[in-house]
Amino acid sequence: MKDLVLFPPQASTTAHQVDLLFYFLISVCGAVGLLVAFLLIFFAVRYRRRPDQSEAPAETKASHALEWFWTLSPVGAFLVMFVWGADLYLGAFRSPEDATTVYCVGKQWMWKFQHPEGQREINTLHVPVGQPIKVLLTSEDVIHSFFVPAFRVHMDVLPNRYSSAWFEATTPGRYHLFCSQYCGTSHANMIGTVVAMPAADYQAWLEEHAEGSLALEGRKTLLKYRCLSCHSADERARAPVLEGLYGRTVPLRDGRTARVDEAYLRESIMHPAAKVVAGFQAIMPTFEGQISEEEIVSLIAYFKSLQPGETPQRVENYPPPAQTPAIQDEESRE
Amino acid sequence: MSPENALLTPADREMLEHTMLVRDRLEEQYHDLEQQSHAAAAGMWVFLATEVMFFGTLFVSLGIYRFLYGEACEAASEKLNWAIGGINTIVLLISSFTMALAVHYARLERRKALTTCLLLTGLFGLCFMGLKAYEYYTDYVENLIPGWRFVSQEWVDQEGLSPDQVPHVKLFLLFYWIMTAFHALHVTIGLCAVAIIAVLARQGRFTRSYYAPVDVLGLYWHFVDLVWIFLLPMLYLLGTHSADSLHL
Amino acid sequence: MSGATLQPVPRRTVRLPPVRETYLNVARGVTSWLLTKDHKRIGLLYLVSVTVMFFIGGFAIAIARLNLLTPEGGLVQADTYNRLFTLHGVIMVFFFLVPVVPASLGNFMLPMMIGAKDLAFPRLNLLSWYLYMLGAAWTLYAMLAGGVDTGWTFYTPYSSEASHYNVVATMVGVVIAGFSSLLTGLNFIVTTHWLRAPGMHWFRLPIFVWTLYATSLIFLLAVPVLAMALILVVIERIWQIGIFDPSLGGDPVLFQHLFWFYSHPAVYIMILPGMGVVSEVIPCFARKQLYGYNFVAYSSFGIACLGFLVWGHHMFVAGISLYSALIFSSLSFLVAIPSAVKVFNWTATLYKSSISFQAPMLFALGFVALFTVGGMTGLFLASLGVDMHVHDTYFVIAHFHFIMVGGMVMAYMGGLHYWWPKITGRMYSEWWSRLSAIIIFVGFFLTFLPQFVVGYNGMPRRYHKYVPEFEVWNILSTAGASILSAGYVLPLCYLLLSLRYGKRAGANPWGATGLEWQTASPPPKENFAVTPVVVRPPYQYHLMKAQNEP
Repeated sequence: MKDLVLFPPQASTTAHQVDLLFYFLISVCGAVGLLVAFLLIFFAVRYRRRPDQSEAPAETKASHALEWFWTLSPVGAFLVMFVWGADLYLGAFRSPEDATTVYCVGKQWMWKFQHPEGQREINTLHVPVGQPIKVLLTSEDVIHSFFVPAFRVHMDVLPNRYSSAWFEATTPGRYHLFCSQYCGTSHANMIGTVVAMPAADYQAWLEEHAEGSLALEGRKTLLKYRCLSCHSADERARAPVLEGLYGRTVPLRDGRTARVDEAYLRESIMHPAAKVVAGFQAIMPTFEGQISEEEIVSLIAYFKSLQPGETPQRVENYPPPAQTPAIQDEESRE
Repeated sequence: MSPENALLTPADREMLEHTMLVRDRLEEQYHDLEQQSHAAAAGMWVFLATEVMFFGTLFVSLGIYRFLYGEACEAASEKLNWAIGGINTIVLLISSFTMALAVHYARLERRKALTTCLLLTGLFGLCFMGLKAYEYYTDYVENLIPGWRFVSQEWVDQEGLSPDQVPHVKLFLLFYWIMTAFHALHVTIGLCAVAIIAVLARQGRFTRSYYAPVDVLGLYWHFVDLVWIFLLPMLYLLGTHSADSLHL
Repeated sequence: MSGATLQPVPRRTVRLPPVRETYLNVARGVTSWLLTKDHKRIGLLYLVSVTVMFFIGGFAIAIARLNLLTPEGGLVQADTYNRLFTLHGVIMVFFFLVPVVPASLGNFMLPMMIGAKDLAFPRLNLLSWYLYMLGAAWTLYAMLAGGVDTGWTFYTPYSSEASHYNVVATMVGVVIAGFSSLLTGLNFIVTTHWLRAPGMHWFRLPIFVWTLYATSLIFLLAVPVLAMALILVVIERIWQIGIFDPSLGGDPVLFQHLFWFYSHPAVYIMILPGMGVVSEVIPCFARKQLYGYNFVAYSSFGIACLGFLVWGHHMFVAGISLYSALIFSSLSFLVAIPSAVKVFNWTATLYKSSISFQAPMLFALGFVALFTVGGMTGLFLASLGVDMHVHDTYFVIAHFHFIMVGGMVMAYMGGLHYWWPKITGRMYSEWWSRLSAIIIFVGFFLTFLPQFVVGYNGMPRRYHKYVPEFEVWNILSTAGASILSAGYVLPLCYLLLSLRYGKRAGANPWGATGLEWQTASPPPKENFAVTPVVVRPPYQYHLMKAQNEP
């Protein structure tokens, strides 16, 4: 006989909070449910029809007070359930300031992860215990869902969009990562493992698997796509300077403002014309279909780390990317 | 055989009668003709409620994309032939007026006037469809049919859109085609109904106490007109049209 | 022939009692059924059709459930499994649960319960059955010619881009069937408004009529949205233009909004008529007036209206804004109130009553119990904190099966057993029918209770194989399913046998008060010889004798 598992392991800081609400709901609903069940059975036995009964039971006048009582009294209990649940939900969306960001790309039918220092993993995610981890999620194809039952963490993974989830593992161990949004033939095989390990072990693991940081990858990507032919940090720049950009709020050409976060950076790479910074022309071509999700992720990591004065020199004499409108004096000035 | 009936064989007339939801004889489930007519009108109102939801889905979806991709939608809207759209609005409004007159005359049992008004309504409806067909033709010529006749580069070169906005142009145009085609389908159905009712009116089938089919048809026709009133601004008028986009 | 004329052999004539004319024998032949405008015959046509669909959908999931007996899921391949659960979902939702009670029992009973001769638009009624059959045939064709693997939810961009199966054909079938529900809803609303017998005020209507009315409202306002959303996906698939495809600027979450704008109210389409049936059965077998008639009637409307405002609770982890999640969560709690009111009133009806436990009553009591569990687990899902964890797991599966199968199918069985004598004029075997009610109840609990546990443990839905920790619960569930399927086959047998061997039922075998019992069983074609005049509110059982006799 296999073990009868009633509850999943509690392996994150939020797991027991979710369970507590669950226990509360079980007790309240259980009490009401048992009351209804008891009344049903009691009435069924007590008022079963006897063979000798010939008179119809007398009319019972419905009590309006009773009706209003059971119409309105659930509202109080529901309010508690709602507020408690909403509180947990809001908490799940506000990641702590000091959370480390891990990047996750879902595709049919695997999970691809990248750590801030560049370590890549497929279907396995190593995380330290006692450190909040924010997972930035996006998909290469259809909708998936990132679900780690032991952490009570659950978030859909959408194409062309970032969503995020965070958790702080408390107990070292190996936990299931399921895709819970149906995504095709091998949906049931899109199972990964989250390995929570003590911080020291995690550091050791990171060093063992170091292959250049993600930001470094991003630097390579930046050069590969010749972004510097416009985004240079000199007087010839035809596009905003990238250093120190992340986290700022920039004015846009149409008068709005935009906060430079992951979603904005991604959009500006895929759909540059959507939010053009004030003072610049919409000359940047779209990189949609040319750049992979992982490369975008590395670029974002690079932009986050890029401090003033760190932009590479534009020594490469690369031509600008395809579809960039030609500027007449470009060649003569070179 | 009276001259107006000469066109139709008895079989034809029977067939026409079968297309009507309400007959002039009392059906067994009703007490009297009045109740029967009320039920028919109620049925049409309920049906129109579902129609609101059909069109509503499209309006909401379009509204969302219009909100997300304002610039591309405006550029695409500007290419649409708003002059024809505007004329068509007037044509439909007039047809609604003649339809309202038709119901009025049906109530007064003025057979000739009723038939004339119905024919006028049909005529304006046909006029609408003709203009619509011409508009579709100009759209075809101007490469405004995503998936069939559409040149992405034109939008980049001539409209100054960036290449990643072109899909949004397609999206808007697709909604234009779906919504106007769905509306035209309704007009076509309405035209068929108008034709049938006109023939029956000419035969003198409608009386002071029995004109529910005209009444019900009127409700439907006004609704289709109303939908167009919403389509016009949503599709044609949201760009900043300049004089040279008049297509005249 | 040799020229000799054959002489008829004189026979002894037997004097048969004159056969009473009923809707069943008033006309004979296949055409008389296929072209009938009689709501009773159309109801029967629906009854047969939905039963066939039920067993097709049930068979599909029986294989899928068997596959889950082992964690490896070795019985069928992943693709087959995906097509099986899609077949199950599409058939059961669109072709069984939605039409089952309204279009079969409702069609049959609604005019009789309000004292009318027929529905307002009998031709539309027949058309709606043909549309249903066309949609069903189309969908079944799509399933046989390759199948569909999107799940009944058809989420984009999987359905619009990734799936290589017959998505378009299935969607067309569903849209056609949707039009059939539209026509039914339109017919019911107009009929209830205009064809009530003299004296039948709104507050003398049986609760079943109220719930059918509320259901029809949902049909009319929700079905068009689904139809349009599916048509847009079809257009997207055929012309390859992204309406919901994110890589072309479309928004896949918009599809989810449109889909659930239909499909959440559709859940109430699937439960409201069941509530109506139970509100008929319980007073009859308890010989007691329905407790709090007005509250029960109004709560049907409460459900129909609030039901339109809660669709977002299917998308709490889909990336919707936090504020909308809060609003949808709070409204989802509110919609639980009218359902709770009904449960309390049914329970209170039993107080100081005189209960007899015939099959319809057993099904109705089973409904109340299972629906209560289903409804209360809905609170877990409305609560954002818990939904975040159990979303898209077996917890959700168990929850909605408690409502749909534990609720609606139980109620449908109850209604079928309650009105069977009226429909056919025959009584079925009492012993077997009670047995089947008990088997279905027990089998149901065993099938779906373990799924709550395995869901909270994190088993996602639509998995054709799973991790070994979940095995025990899945074995229990499969065991329960085998009991449940036996419970469903049983009524098919004894009900069919009753057509030939059942003893004749009188006009009012249960001693019930409704107008439908005032006429013969089976009813004549025109329902009532004389249009009845209503002088009392419904469920005046205290004015009748205790036994189930008129």
